[in-house]
Amino acid sequence: MTARSEKSGALPRQWLWLLALIVAIALPWVFYDWGHHRQSGFVISMLSQMGMMAIFALSYNMLMGGAGLLSFGHAIFFGLGGYSAIHILNGAKAGTFPIPVELVPLAAGFAGLGFAAVFGYMATRQRATAFAMITLGMGELMTVAAMMFHNFFGGEGGVTTDRMIDFSLFGLSYASGLQVYYLIVAWTVLSIIGMAFLTGTPLGRMANACRDNHERAQFMGYDPKTVRFLQFALSGFFAGIGGGLFALTYEIVTFDAVAAPLSANALLMAYIGGSTVFAGPIVGAVLITLLQSGLSLLSNAWLVYVGVLFIAMVMFAPTGITGIIQAHSPIARTGRMRRLVVPYLRLVVPGLAVIVGVVGMVELLSFLTIGAAQGKTLVLFGRTIDVNTTAPWIVAAVCLFGGGVWLRVEGRAFHRVWETLTAELKVSAP
Amino acid sequence: MNAIELRDVKKNFGPTAIIRGVTLDVVSGERHAIIGPNGAGKTTLFNLISGRFPITSGSIALNGTRIDALPPHRINRLGLSRSFQITSIFHRLSVFENIRCSLLWSRGYRYSFWSPLARQRRLNEDAEQLLEELNLSSRRDLVAGLLSYAEQRALEIGITIAGGAGVILLDEPTAGMSHSETEYAVSLIRRMTAGRTLVMVEHDMRVVFDLADTISVLVYGQVIASGPPATIRASAAVQEAYLGAVAA
Repeated sequence: MTARSEKSGALPRQWLWLLALIVAIALPWVFYDWGHHRQSGFVISMLSQMGMMAIFALSYNMLMGGAGLLSFGHAIFFGLGGYSAIHILNGAKAGTFPIPVELVPLAAGFAGLGFAAVFGYMATRQRATAFAMITLGMGELMTVAAMMFHNFFGGEGGVTTDRMIDFSLFGLSYASGLQVYYLIVAWTVLSIIGMAFLTGTPLGRMANACRDNHERAQFMGYDPKTVRFLQFALSGFFAGIGGGLFALTYEIVTFDAVAAPLSANALLMAYIGGSTVFAGPIVGAVLITLLQSGLSLLSNAWLVYVGVLFIAMVMFAPTGITGIIQAHSPIARTGRMRRLVVPYLRLVVPGLAVIVGVVGMVELLSFLTIGAAQGKTLVLFGRTIDVNTTAPWIVAAVCLFGGGVWLRVEGRAFHRVWETLTAELKVSAP
Repeated sequence: MNAIELRDVKKNFGPTAIIRGVTLDVVSGERHAIIGPNGAGKTTLFNLISGRFPITSGSIALNGTRIDALPPHRINRLGLSRSFQITSIFHRLSVFENIRCSLLWSRGYRYSFWSPLARQRRLNEDAEQLLEELNLSSRRDLVAGLLSYAEQRALEIGITIAGGAGVILLDEPTAGMSHSETEYAVSLIRRMTAGRTLVMVEHDMRVVFDLADTISVLVYGQVIASGPPATIRASAAVQEAYLGAVAA
């Protein structure tokens, strides 16, 4: 094709990263409340959460995408990093452990590294299913331990701290959430750089190799157990940094931070964002946090939507959001995107119908049980709805099933176009 | 000097004896072919030598060092590399990355997580050079799983040889190839293993008699004959074993 169509491809990667950084820095000011001259606490807390979750999800993907290890206990290192940061901050406040606030996440990272070395020593002797089972057991073990050992974990109430320890490299007090947010941005940038660097080292590459074919790696002189162990320990380091930022932000860490739901969250974020692309887990972390913070205000059943999204991704788009985008790049580069426009547009109406159907059904069902008990009225798509009449149920069911069948038909048509395009690309490749 | 020495090696899977006492010497620098009917235990023998399976009894030495109790990666570090009958590559990594991975250990990178691969000029140049020799340069950035079968076999030979091991085991390198592909593979093997010890399992007799300096015949878990091609061709025992296998 022409040079023009080649240029219309994606922005160079570096510029996307820079753009993301500028957006991250600017966003708190976009939502600045000029009337009251103060930051939006909700937005800052959501953005902070996104930063630490991006680190956490990326560190998880060092195992899942990078080494082919499915862990169900990754929150252990996030949580233990968080607990350690609390104790470090308390030590700093008491003067027994002089460390500036800015370096507390790093110390938490080393705590994560240490714990990951201990747990990893046991877990990484195995791979595949056995590894997954061991990490699941370790996660449960940690949750129980967090309830039992009060000195370190503080029991059900967790442990608390005060981040204003009067010791900062830059003379900052960290009284405001904004200052903490910018510290999170800084550590997120450093962690992303660190993890991106690791993917291009011999260890990172051999982790990929062991993921693909651990036996072959052995016959190249590498012990897959050692590769898994080192990768596991390093991913614990970054998870620990994330946990340290968590402790700084909320000044409290409870057993939730080591528990299974957070481990599952890491999996969701990495998978939905895309485990085959480096930036995928970041996209997943941003999206899931948005759903958590935003959707949970709108609906009791927000977790159901996250679950439905996850199942849909596993079934129809196992490469995640960024994987889908990446699959388009060879098509865009050869100027064939135009031919996907119509098939995509034809997916819109049935797709919307399915979404309306799913949302309608879930909300009607959840309102029938929880919502009514809370004495609320159901408002869906701008209309007040009475759940005790049959009409909304019929509409939702028709949308769901009718839209589902229609989407299937359009999906097949789309698939045919897609197959033709990829076949053409194979022929035209040198 | 013998590169590989097997002394009365036995291997049982449960009650079944697969290798029933193999004694075999592979002389340094020779090309040694192992032939025999299906189920004779040729691939199992490779798996024992390379450490994939533990032996039941006997001893295996590589350049005079006992290796029969070592895991595969340690045997590899002592200078033995192998290929697989069923193509065994890193299917989600690019062709170039496959080659580069196979170079890493022998270049002393070990488990380094501090040296960026993109900056290792010598390593990258050598990987490119190998791609050139394997005739895979045009496929450099393709995911290895998308290569054609013959190209995957060439890559497999490449990553087996790349690490610079002195002893190479190739398990049916030309299996499933067309006549011309086989010819190309043979010339590739000849070129890439020059100056090294080569042990190969092969069914294609043209390839065997074309390449091998020594041929050993494995039948039902035992070596029934070993010697230069002319001797093996004339051996009555070998002919009987093959005819017997055909008749059965």
